[in-house]
Amino acid sequence: MWCERCKQRQATVHVTKVINNHKTESHLCEVCAGKSGKDLGFLFEPNFSFHHLLAGLLESEFGVKSESFSQQKEESHKKCPTCGLTFTDFRNMGLMGCANCYDLFKDHLDPLLRRVHGSIAHTGKVPKRTGGRVRVRKEIEELRSKLQEAIKREAYEEAAKLRDEIKEKEEKLN
Amino acid sequence: MNLQGKIKDALPGWLNEPTPDGDVVLSSRIRLARNLRQLSFPHYAGEKQLEEVISQVNSVLKSSARLLPDYVLKRMDGLGQLDRVLLVEQYLVSLDLINNPAHRGVVLNKEQTVSIMLNEEDHLRIQSIFSGLQLKKAWELGTQIDDQLESQLDYAFNEEKGYLTTCPTNVGTGLRASVMIHLPALDIVDQVKRVLSVLPHVGLNVRGIYGEGTDSSGNLYQISNQVTLGLSEEEIISKLVSVTKQVIDQERSAREALLANESRLQLENRVNRAFGILTHARLLSSEETINLINDVLMGAELNMIPGIKVQTVKELLFLNRPAILQNLVGQELTPGERDYYRAAVIREHLTSAKE
Ligand SMILES: [Zn+2]
Ligand SMILES: [Zn+2]
Repeated sequence: MWCERCKQRQATVHVTKVINNHKTESHLCEVCAGKSGKDLGFLFEPNFSFHHLLAGLLESEFGVKSESFSQQKEESHKKCPTCGLTFTDFRNMGLMGCANCYDLFKDHLDPLLRRVHGSIAHTGKVPKRTGGRVRVRKEIEELRSKLQEAIKREAYEEAAKLRDEIKEKEEKLN
Repeated sequence: MNLQGKIKDALPGWLNEPTPDGDVVLSSRIRLARNLRQLSFPHYAGEKQLEEVISQVNSVLKSSARLLPDYVLKRMDGLGQLDRVLLVEQYLVSLDLINNPAHRGVVLNKEQTVSIMLNEEDHLRIQSIFSGLQLKKAWELGTQIDDQLESQLDYAFNEEKGYLTTCPTNVGTGLRASVMIHLPALDIVDQVKRVLSVLPHVGLNVRGIYGEGTDSSGNLYQISNQVTLGLSEEEIISKLVSVTKQVIDQERSAREALLANESRLQLENRVNRAFGILTHARLLSSEETINLINDVLMGAELNMIPGIKVQTVKELLFLNRPAILQNLVGQELTPGERDYYRAAVIREHLTSAKE
């Protein structure tokens, strides 16, 4: 019997599967039997098992802290009032439950973030509408560098305008 | 039947020319993780909350039809399994999204350069993908769509931590940028591991597209950023671009070295043998095809096969995939039938390209 996959070698591996009373038989050569299921191999996206890695890091984080057993117990019962995630859940899964969890578990998260990202502070994009004060601060920064440039170019009229704009935004922050 | 027309329809829309640095880079992609402030993250959300995500995104699409024309929302539970796998094979959604189709969805633009996964690990995953090394273009389009959505959605954003994500490894920018590269010459000179092993030291991840870890049977690899917090999006992208350019240089010099000495004949032999099989075989398994495409792709990248363009061979990588193939043939196929149709489609695609 020829292998039903490659049709090039003798079928030496015979597999019978029963799914929902439906019997299927497959006859494969050793090469193809080893590869069976690899048709979709590229679909396998190893997540670097990040969640488990995180959970592991968190575990060790917890281990180094010389907290008493009762403190640990108290901590593990801490529960997010918004989504219901407990610290134990987070430790097991390495996933947050909602936006509020980030504030609630901040003390445990920060050392972890420092280890994963080497930083705990975002310096990138700020949403236009919901960015709030950060957005304004960022805009002030941008205006300041424009101001420096204007002064260099001796474009004093433009510089004066920019100064006014900066002042206006700074007042918004206070 | 008009097979060429069907082939074009089955291939992902983003797989198009122009392809800058297309002799080494297959595709560039960015993904932005975004969540809605008021709702629990998908893995902790109930059905109602998940549906709320879908309906909020749907109303943004409706009210900004002028700015986001031709954007269509598809529910995963409204598609058959074959159509879902098709989207995965076209790199438009992830396997995670279709493994759990209820209350999941995707928004696609007409060109398929943008896809927004709904209720995958995060409420929104905005993806932008282009052929060749076009990471900046992908970022520009992605961030523009992001702005458009944010003008009406309340994102979970924290002054200190940035965009809040389900997994803390994505927090901050929520940006995952990646490129897919083909390194056949580095593989022949046995230097792939040496070159790629440096990348984790500069904060980049590498994985093989086929196979596990850094073993890749098609010599195809994906490089992506590891860190999402503490760097700006521009910094993340320019770092990935500059490292990718260095890897491209290494691969190109390996190719030149191979062509310059007696190994040229061996290379031509290998490329043309693979081309011969792909244009004449009557049955092709997907594993065998990946290895043959690797050789023929290298041949096209080196201009070794008259009339065969890199683009045509890249398309074979997709035609090799089961759901794309079945979509093309228009029926479900057993593995044995797939091998038959795979050979027929590949033969047709290569011969019609040569004419
Ligand atoms: Zn076999
Ligand atoms: Zn929570």
